[in-house]
Amino acid sequence: MIRFEQVTVTYGGLDRPVLADVDLHVPEGELALVVGPTGVGKSTLLRCVNGLVPHFSGGTLLGRVTVAGRDTRTHPPRELADVVGVVGQDPLAGFVTDVVEDELAYGMESLGLAPQVMRKRVEETLDLLGLADLRDRPLRTLSGGQRQRVAIGSVLTTHPQVLVLDEPTSALDPAAAEEVLAALQRLVHDLGLTVLLAEHRLERVVQYADRVVRLDGVGLPVVSGDPARVLAHSVVAPPVVELGRLAGWHPLPLSVRDARRAAGPLRERLVGRAPLRAVDPADGPPVAAARALVVRYGDVVALRGASLAVTAGEVVAVMGRNGAGKSTLLNALVGLTVPSAGVVRVAGADPAQLPARDLLRHAGLVPQEAADLLTAETVAAECSASDRDCRAAAGATRTLLDRLAPGIDGTSHPRDLSEGQRLALVLALVLVAEPPLLLLDEPTRGLDYTAKARLVGVLRSLAAQGHAVVMATHDVELVAEVATRTVVMAEGEIVADGPTAEVLVASPAFAPQVAKVLAPEPWLTVGEVAAALEVAG
Amino acid sequence: MTSLRTAFLPRALHPGAWWLWAIGLATAASRTTNPVLLLLLVAAAGYVVAARRTPAPWSRSYAAFLRLGLIVIALRMALQVLFGSTGAGHVLVTLPELPLPSWAAGVSLGGPVTAEDLLAATYEGLRLATILACVGAANSLANPSRLLRVVPGALYEVGVAVVVAMTLAPQLVTEAGRLRQARRLRGRPDRGLRSVVGVALPLLESSLDRSLQLAAAMDSRGYGRTAGVPRATRRLTGALVLLGLTGAALGSFGLLDGGSPQLAGLPLLGWPLLLGGMAAEVAGFTLGGRRVGRSRYRPDPWALPEWLVTAAGVGTAVTFLAAVAADPTSLAAPVAPPAWPGLPLLPLVGILLALVPAWAAPPVPTARGSAAVRVPASERVAA
Repeated sequence: MIRFEQVTVTYGGLDRPVLADVDLHVPEGELALVVGPTGVGKSTLLRCVNGLVPHFSGGTLLGRVTVAGRDTRTHPPRELADVVGVVGQDPLAGFVTDVVEDELAYGMESLGLAPQVMRKRVEETLDLLGLADLRDRPLRTLSGGQRQRVAIGSVLTTHPQVLVLDEPTSALDPAAAEEVLAALQRLVHDLGLTVLLAEHRLERVVQYADRVVRLDGVGLPVVSGDPARVLAHSVVAPPVVELGRLAGWHPLPLSVRDARRAAGPLRERLVGRAPLRAVDPADGPPVAAARALVVRYGDVVALRGASLAVTAGEVVAVMGRNGAGKSTLLNALVGLTVPSAGVVRVAGADPAQLPARDLLRHAGLVPQEAADLLTAETVAAECSASDRDCRAAAGATRTLLDRLAPGIDGTSHPRDLSEGQRLALVLALVLVAEPPLLLLDEPTRGLDYTAKARLVGVLRSLAAQGHAVVMATHDVELVAEVATRTVVMAEGEIVADGPTAEVLVASPAFAPQVAKVLAPEPWLTVGEVAAALEVAG
Repeated sequence: MTSLRTAFLPRALHPGAWWLWAIGLATAASRTTNPVLLLLLVAAAGYVVAARRTPAPWSRSYAAFLRLGLIVIALRMALQVLFGSTGAGHVLVTLPELPLPSWAAGVSLGGPVTAEDLLAATYEGLRLATILACVGAANSLANPSRLLRVVPGALYEVGVAVVVAMTLAPQLVTEAGRLRQARRLRGRPDRGLRSVVGVALPLLESSLDRSLQLAAAMDSRGYGRTAGVPRATRRLTGALVLLGLTGAALGSFGLLDGGSPQLAGLPLLGWPLLLGGMAAEVAGFTLGGRRVGRSRYRPDPWALPEWLVTAAGVGTAVTFLAAVAADPTSLAAPVAPPAWPGLPLLPLVGILLALVPAWAAPPVPTARGSAAVRVPASERVAA
């Protein structure tokens, strides 16, 4: 269905290709998952399928890409709209109209389908994706999972044979991700659609994949085939696969269910051992406190009397579905949102009252769109501007950056960095003023496993130095690795607050894969299991 | 096909019908300075808005337009006091007069303020405010994005551009707020001129980014699959549409402005230009419509309610025009000497006509997925 023959892509202005000599074949009716570290060309590969590369992006493409027998060389994206449906990373950025029903019809209108056909297909698609109740809703009022499903529906109405998705669940909470993936699986099973998708959160997707396409780096051959076989030697792998490698299971399990069936002996070996993990330093000196916060946006109550106290050395994870008030709580702690009732104290001051230049000495926030903080043309300029902003010694930011992510070229543009490098840069800008309270909003969005492991190391050492860290995230694996305490929010209230192991293991939605495999024993991460086995010898 | 039975079921009325009705009311308002008639027109428009508006955000714009009207009246009076003194009539106050050079003859700055001048200015301001209220009524009754969907194929690209701008504008506002917050997070001042400059460049960058993403999405979804049309036809289409628009605009101006040149009692600039312009427009749109090989999902039907609403607006305009034609002074409120304005019969009938859409237009559908619960008829009686 999708065939790449000796494809090499070079973007204009770059001397090295992004993809080199890629050979790939995805047969009809398969769900193929593209994996690989960031910056390896996954998005480029996806955009080749419907001709956005090179027709839209520029650059040169050598070789041949054919989809359903059509050559992208002679067919620009618009002429492929009836065979390939593409859903981008941010669905909101790709919406053309403002209401669900119109958005579903847009593609068909462009193809000039007859009104009766359009009417019928819109109704079918509404049912297929469970959107019938939302048909009149403005797109901006939808939740993340609903938006993603509308985006998928809007390309399905033209009855494409191929569906291409770039990180469809990265921005979603676990439940919404399930919702989207269930819809996708239904499409593959019932409609025989061929799906090609890229995703960093392998733990969510890999069990649905019929084929995994692994990109290891420019120049290295693309490995494509049976998921268990391809992932056995992959740098990027979900925790369940890593646990399988550790325990030497064969074949490698891809789902929690398979792993549980293989895990009997491992559970027996672990009996009587307790995981070594950092305990929550609850008696440390208090850094920040929020008491009975109320925040309203118009009719919506974002925070309904939420209270949170954080002490030095703690890493607190704030979890909860989209719209539960996590970001609002973080914004209130850094003074961006002024609560209509309640008190915020960070290192002895109300952050909303502080002048901007003193704020960073109390609290630093890395927002969801971390790149918002970057304004300069080069990394070096960004660092020296930060030294001035924070009245730090010249070169302090650069030194810090080299510790967080060594080897970033000072002359490169912040935009050209990989997601992980960019996050490190923003962290350096915020940390150079040494705020006692560090807040992170959804820090692992777009990060691969390597970058995530690095972030975990950074956060642990920050906590050891006495910083208090609060992060809002959907990434249960990150929480399991690094958080000493976990807070669950719903509808602006805090519904659970306790040590990470207790909160995570008790929840079906938030339990990490290792906990699900080894339940009822409270193991959270592969690292904990490995350490325990090593001690045992 | 929409049958007579289904036409009156709850649904959104064709936005074009609302605009035609509102234009009819505005035409009527432009013909009179009688404050009673003007206020009655505003009330009629307001009643229809209250009866048939949807819960959508744009539906609240009627009140905003009324407030704008009050500002217009105040502005008109202030201008009269400052610049428009004629000195005739009952002097209320005398402002110090500034002598102006001879080339500015006809304009005076300051001077005596008379009750008659002030009254005339109020009436004129009220007329403008009423026209604004009519526009506001159409604005809150007609869904703007559905109105854009009825633009002819030749203007398709323009329509898409407007739709995209409408969806991008609110996103841009949120983004600007986010960037301003980001400045604060870096320890830079988030108020004052420097912060505005500091936000402008990243905002431009990100909106360009966004446009590229949207363009890619539209391209992948088949936007711009055009049927091959020769260049000469494309040019002819463009010329016809432009000429037609100009003609129609000038024609409407002539019709609305009672003071334009007349021939044998009929406005010279009005009807011929308007009709000629519209003919050119129709020709251009038909030609241009062939260019775009696209279809339309669930077009708004034009059925009996649409005809009734349009007829109501046109009827209102006709009664006012007829009253003026019969007696050119009948709709002008007496200013010198000031007197209580009369209530001519024919325009009153017209205002009653303006109310017809409150019943003739189909009721607003209740939003799906809202908290509204449909109560069965039997239980409703008990309650």
